[in-house]
Amino acid sequence: MRECEYSQISTRSSTPMETPYKKRTPKKRKWETFPGRNKFYCDGRIMMAKQTGVFYLTLVLILVTCGLFFTFDCPYLALHLTPVIPVIGGVLFLFVLGTLLRTSFSDPGVLPRATPDEAADLERQIDVANGSTGYRPPPRTKEVVINGQTVKLKYCFTCKIFRPPRASHCSLCDNCVERFDHHCPWVGNCVGRRNYRFFYMFILSLSFLTIFIFAFVITHIILRSHRNGFLTALKDSPARYPFTAQPWLVVCFFSVWSIVGLSGFHTYLISSNQTTNEDIKGSWSSKRGKDNYNPYSYGNIFTNCCAALCGPLPPSLIDRRGFIESDAPQLAPPANGITMYGATQSQQSHMVSLYTVS
Amino acid sequence: MQPEIQPAVSSKVFIQRDYSSGTICKFQTKFPSELESRIDKQQFEETIQTLNNLYAEAEKLGGKSYLEGCLACLTAYTIFLCMETHYEKVLKKIARYIKDQNEKIYAPRGLLLTDPIERGLRVVEITIFEDRSIGSGR
Repeated sequence: MRECEYSQISTRSSTPMETPYKKRTPKKRKWETFPGRNKFYCDGRIMMAKQTGVFYLTLVLILVTCGLFFTFDCPYLALHLTPVIPVIGGVLFLFVLGTLLRTSFSDPGVLPRATPDEAADLERQIDVANGSTGYRPPPRTKEVVINGQTVKLKYCFTCKIFRPPRASHCSLCDNCVERFDHHCPWVGNCVGRRNYRFFYMFILSLSFLTIFIFAFVITHIILRSHRNGFLTALKDSPARYPFTAQPWLVVCFFSVWSIVGLSGFHTYLISSNQTTNEDIKGSWSSKRGKDNYNPYSYGNIFTNCCAALCGPLPPSLIDRRGFIESDAPQLAPPANGITMYGATQSQQSHMVSLYTVS
Repeated sequence: MQPEIQPAVSSKVFIQRDYSSGTICKFQTKFPSELESRIDKQQFEETIQTLNNLYAEAEKLGGKSYLEGCLACLTAYTIFLCMETHYEKVLKKIARYIKDQNEKIYAPRGLLLTDPIERGLRVVEITIFEDRSIGSGR
């Protein structure tokens, strides 16, 4: 996929009158000035990490494996067993592809960086709390009690915000992501609050697909061997059906187990409402202390699963396709040394109309 | 007829998130000292509390949201191409509420609420405009 090219036409001409529609300078969309290390396609509709090589490998592996299965095994199986097999295979394949693309292309739950006003306000508050020094102050943390458990909120120096609980900063994408699970190179994106369910559906359906393909390839070989003898079938297969060659089968066997293992691991994470990040750090493990428990868990497995997979899908917070508002800073005469910040055009015009009405 | 006066921004107050109930969207109801001269505490608290209730409604786990989730999964999430999610519907409600509050209560007092969604649901930004209501050309 090629990045949509955007070339700005500079048509700067100073106009004394403010026009409501600036038809001269084409407006830029927000994704074009996004501060994180992400790639955007289709005018901001698709969002991925910077390194996407492994994602294309994943796509190729799935397409080639399924392609070979449908070409070489399905005709035989449909004829000698039942035509339902290719149908189920097809449905699984489409579901896997759909969930993969959804995971890779959607916003994982990126938190937009603080506006300069917010950052300044936070800095002021922290300086007041610490006592301003000339050096860079130590890592700032805030403590909050959630469900009886003390959680430390860390300050992100890049995004200039206090990270919400369960959020983490991805160093690869240079973004803070809500409910950060992990950065998955296989899908070419972070896995966070907004795409975790798609990721889980992807690995679950991929497990079923790989087991399905593996089982039916074996069945194919066995059926053939009944006619020709097992060794002949194995010998013949690589020549006529390259997919059933012995090295391939070994590769398939190991990949099936790793994907099934991963699905099992994430099923455990979902049922205990933990993220991979928390599990690896042992944030809620009982080894840390007797009173250490997960404050986000709903108590029972069923509710945890429902919440993770069927809960409401929050919208994207970064508004990729919105247009950048042109700021016209208006400075008021300074009082008490407080820095003045300009409101945006729309806010000011709104205020003006309200003042004149009242 | 005097030309329209552009009100100047005096300062901004940021109401931070309250994480004591977990990761749900909730804002602190503590009354900031900068607003003491402009609006009364009860009014402010009522606004923030209503916002918190609306966000809780958006993120509520219940029969309706589960149904929506399951239906979406079955249609491979293509249903969202033609339908709005429950969360988006509530966000629109919140935008209308904020606009309404601004027009009725905050603007006459020289304040402006910014919809938290424009700040990534991190803060409720309240812009304090210079008080020129006394003796200005109207």
